[in-house]
Amino acid sequence: MKYEITIGIECHVQLKTKTKLFSEVDNDARGKSPNSCVSPVDYALPGMLPRLNKEAIHLAVLAGFALNSEINLESRFDRKHYYYPDLPKGYQITQLYHPIIGAGYVALPDGEKVRIEHAHLEEDAGKLSHFGSYSLVDLNRAGTPLIEIVSMPDIHSAKAAHDYCKELWRIMTFAGVTYGDLYNGNMRFDINISLAKPGAKQLGTRAEIKNLNSFRSVERAVEYEYSRQSKLLDHGEKVVQETRGWSDVSGKTTSQRSKEEAQDYRYMPEPDIPPIRLTKEYVDNIKQELVLLPENYRKKFSGKIPSDIVEILLDYPQLVQKLSGISEKYLKTVANLFASVLLAEENSSLLNDELPSEKQLEDLCEMKEKGELSSTNTKEVFLKFFDPEMHYKDTRAIAKELNVIQENDSGELEKIVDEVLGKPETQQAQADYRAGSEKVIGFLVGQVMKASRGKANPSAVQEILKEKLK
Amino acid sequence: MQIADKTHSAVNMIKTALERAKKYARYHIFTSLNEEAALKKAEEIDRKIKNGESVGHLAGVPYACKDNFLSPEGNTTASSKILESFASPITSTAVKKLEQEGAIMIGRTNMDSFAHGSSTENSYFGPTHNAKDFDRVAGGSSGGSAVAVSLDIVPFATGTDTGGSIRQPASFNGIYGFKPTYGTISRYGVVAMASSTDCVGFFAKTPDDINLLMEISNGQDSYDLTTLPDYYNNTEEKTTKKIGVIKDFDNDKVAPEIRTAMKTKLSQLSKKYEIVELDMPTLKYALAVYYIVVPAEISSNLSRHDGIRYGFRADDCHSLDDVYRQSRSLGFMPENKRRIMIGNFVLSSGFYDAYYLKAEKVRTLIIQEYEKAFKQCDYILTPVSPNPAFRLGEKTDDPVSMYLEDIMSVPLNLAGLPGLAIPAGETKDGLSLGLQLIGPRRSDKNLLEFSKELE
Repeated sequence: MKYEITIGIECHVQLKTKTKLFSEVDNDARGKSPNSCVSPVDYALPGMLPRLNKEAIHLAVLAGFALNSEINLESRFDRKHYYYPDLPKGYQITQLYHPIIGAGYVALPDGEKVRIEHAHLEEDAGKLSHFGSYSLVDLNRAGTPLIEIVSMPDIHSAKAAHDYCKELWRIMTFAGVTYGDLYNGNMRFDINISLAKPGAKQLGTRAEIKNLNSFRSVERAVEYEYSRQSKLLDHGEKVVQETRGWSDVSGKTTSQRSKEEAQDYRYMPEPDIPPIRLTKEYVDNIKQELVLLPENYRKKFSGKIPSDIVEILLDYPQLVQKLSGISEKYLKTVANLFASVLLAEENSSLLNDELPSEKQLEDLCEMKEKGELSSTNTKEVFLKFFDPEMHYKDTRAIAKELNVIQENDSGELEKIVDEVLGKPETQQAQADYRAGSEKVIGFLVGQVMKASRGKANPSAVQEILKEKLK
Repeated sequence: MQIADKTHSAVNMIKTALERAKKYARYHIFTSLNEEAALKKAEEIDRKIKNGESVGHLAGVPYACKDNFLSPEGNTTASSKILESFASPITSTAVKKLEQEGAIMIGRTNMDSFAHGSSTENSYFGPTHNAKDFDRVAGGSSGGSAVAVSLDIVPFATGTDTGGSIRQPASFNGIYGFKPTYGTISRYGVVAMASSTDCVGFFAKTPDDINLLMEISNGQDSYDLTTLPDYYNNTEEKTTKKIGVIKDFDNDKVAPEIRTAMKTKLSQLSKKYEIVELDMPTLKYALAVYYIVVPAEISSNLSRHDGIRYGFRADDCHSLDDVYRQSRSLGFMPENKRRIMIGNFVLSSGFYDAYYLKAEKVRTLIIQEYEKAFKQCDYILTPVSPNPAFRLGEKTDDPVSMYLEDIMSVPLNLAGLPGLAIPAGETKDGLSLGLQLIGPRRSDKNLLEFSKELE
C-alpha cells in the first residue's frame, strides 16, 4: 500500500433501559406512534429538570466491564449546545470531561487489540423526517440513553474496521446492554480516517464519516475514503478536515461540513445534575453480572467446534449461550445443526428466543449416533423443535410422530431384505452382483429402503445384503 | 397569618385581595389575575370548613405568584413575548405544596423578562411601580411580587432569587424577602434563569410568615436533583454570639441613609452581641464572576425557546434558521439578548478557560471566604443594595450601573447561602431601606428566628 491508513471509531450504543435517561417515559418506542413516548422533560418544557435513570448507570458500568475498562467512580455531565429541531433543549446532556467509562480495549477475532480511549453516557436526539416543503419531528428517541465508545486510532484497514464494529456489536449484545438492532439504529458508527506515507511521524488530515449503521457500510466507506484520499494525495492536493456522509446507494461519501463551518458547541458543566458518585462495592457487584463474552466463547470452543462455525454462531448470543450447556461430545453436531440448518436462509424465520432444551438436543445427537436417525431425519426432527406444536415434546416422541426412526433390528431388516430379494425385479441385479458388479448393491439397498419406507438404516441393510448375496 | 379563621370566609379574603389588586392596577403589579379559579377554590374551602372537613395551614390565604412558576392556571409568561401565550400543563413543586395547604393564587406578578434585571423594567408588559414612590422602580426581578405584598394586596408572594431578585425588591418596598440556602426548595417547574444560583423564596411582612412558608415548601424533590435532603424542619437551636460586618461594604458609594441604617442596627445589636469586622477581599470579584457564570447558564437555559414546540414563533419564516432567528429576535427583550450574547461569548471555544473556568475558580474562593467568615461570626449583616429605589428609566440605558446595584446581593447566590432582606426604616423622602442578614448554609430557620431581634 502506498499510504498507511489510520482509523479511529466512535460508536453510539443505545442502552436497553426501561425508561429514558432523564425522564420516566418508555424508552422502547418500537411500533409506537411518533411523539407518544415523550415527557415534558424530553420536549424541554420551561422549568423541567433532568432526573437520572439508575438503570442506565448500571448498564453503562456493565458495558465498561465488557470493554475491559476502568470504571470512574466519579463522573459528571456536561451540556453540548447546538440548534436543531431534534434537540429540544438546544443542548445535549453528555460527558465531555469526566466520562463514566475509562480506558479499555476490544480484542478482535484475530487477536489484535483496539484500545478504547473512554466511553461516556449521553442522551440521544430525536428524529426528523423531511418532506417537500416541511419536516416532521419525532421525539420518541430523544433522551434515550447512549454510551459513546471512543476508540484509539488503532485500526489500519477496512476489514479491521469492519471486524472492530462487529466485535463491538457482539460484545454489547452479549453483555445485554443493548438490543443491538442495527436496522433501527441501536448502534451507529462514526469513523475517522486519515492517510499518511508509511513510516510518517504524523498522521494525515482526517475526514469523519458520520452515522454508519452496518458493518458492510463501514467497510465500504473506508475503502471509498482510502481511494478518495489517496487520489488527492497522489495529485499533491490536501485532504480537508471535514465531516462527510455516506450513501449506501451511490457507494460514496460526500462533504457535509468543513472544519471552518464546524459548530462551536459551547460546552459547559451541567448544573442540574450533581456528579455521579459510585461506590466500589456497587461497581464490583455489577462486575459479577458480566456474562461470557465472544472472546471467552472462542477460547471455550477452541478445538471442539471449527472456528469458522464459531464465528458464524457468535452473531447469535442465544445460540452460543445454549451451546455452552451442551455436553462436549455433542458440541460439534449441535453447532453444525445451528449453523447449517437453523441459520439456513429458508429457516431464518424459525430463530426466536424459544430454543430447544439441552436435553432435546443431546437426545437428538444420541439418536443420530446410535443410527436411529439418518442425517436427513436428524435435521427434520431438529426443525420440529421450533414448531410451536412440537417444541415441548421430547425428541423421541417427535421422531416417532414423524415416523422416521431407523430400523436397526437385524431380524426385522432381514425379513424385508428377503422380501425384496424375492421380487422378480431384483433378480437381474442379484445376478449382476454375484458376477462381480459391486455397484448394483446401491440399487438393492434403495429397494430395501423403499420397502421399509425409509426407516431402515442403509448401512445395516448393506451389511445384510452383502451377507445374503455371498 | 389569618388561617382558616372562621371570622373570615375564604371567599371574602379572595374577593378583598382581588379588589385591592384592581385598585392598584396602575402599579402594574400583575401580568394576569386568576379571578375565576381563585374564587372557585375559595368557595370549596369555605364549604370544607363549614362541613368540618380538615383544611391546610394556608386555607383560603390569597397569594401572588411570580410569573415564572409553572401552573395550569393562566399563562406562565415569565413576562416575555416568547412565552406570552404559554399555558403550562405542569404545576411547579413549590406552587403545588402551597396549594396543597389551601393557599390560593390570585394572580401572576410582573417581573423582568426571564428574571433578567434589577428593576422589573425589562418586562415585556412594562415596568411595575414602587409601592412607596410611583415614579421609582419596584426593584427586580421579582418586582410585582414585592409590591403586591407591600401594598397589602396579599399577605405573601412567591419569588425567585438568582442574584438578589427577592431581597432587593423586598428592600425597595419595605418588606421581608427571603432567599433560602440553594437547594432548599425545589426548582422543578420554575422557568430557569441560572440553574446553579436560582432559588425559590418568599415575600411577606413578618419572619414568622416566611418561616411557615418555608416549612411548607422546603424539602428534597425527586424532580430536582439539586434539592438538599430535608433539613429545614429539624434544625437545632443555636445561640448567637457574634455578628459580622463586611468592611468593604461600608464606603462612600453606599447611600448615606443606608450607612446610617446599618450603624443604627449595629449599635442596637452591640448591646447583646459582639460585632466582628470581616475582611473579605474576594467579594469584590463576585459581580464579575456573577456576570460570567450566570449569563453562561442563561444562554444555555434559554436555548429551548426556539419557536418550534411552544411559545412565540415568528410568521413568514422561510428556513429553519429564519424560524430560530426571527422568533428569538422578536421574542426576547434586549436584556435577554445581552445576557445570551455574553453567555455564548464566555462559553465559546478559546474563551472558556479565560472566562468561565476562571470565574468558577474564583467562585470557589468566594465560597471559601464565606466559610472562613462564618468561623468568626454567626451571621453577617450588610445592606441589600448600595442605594434605595432609583427612578424609572434612570438606569435603563446604562446596564453596567444597573448591574452594580447587585454588588451586595450576588455573592450569596454564588455561595448558595441564605439571605433575608429586613425592612430598616425609610429615607427622609419616604423610600424604603433594607438590610440583609446572611447565614451559613442550612442556617435558614435559625436565621429567620434571629432576624426578629432586628425588628
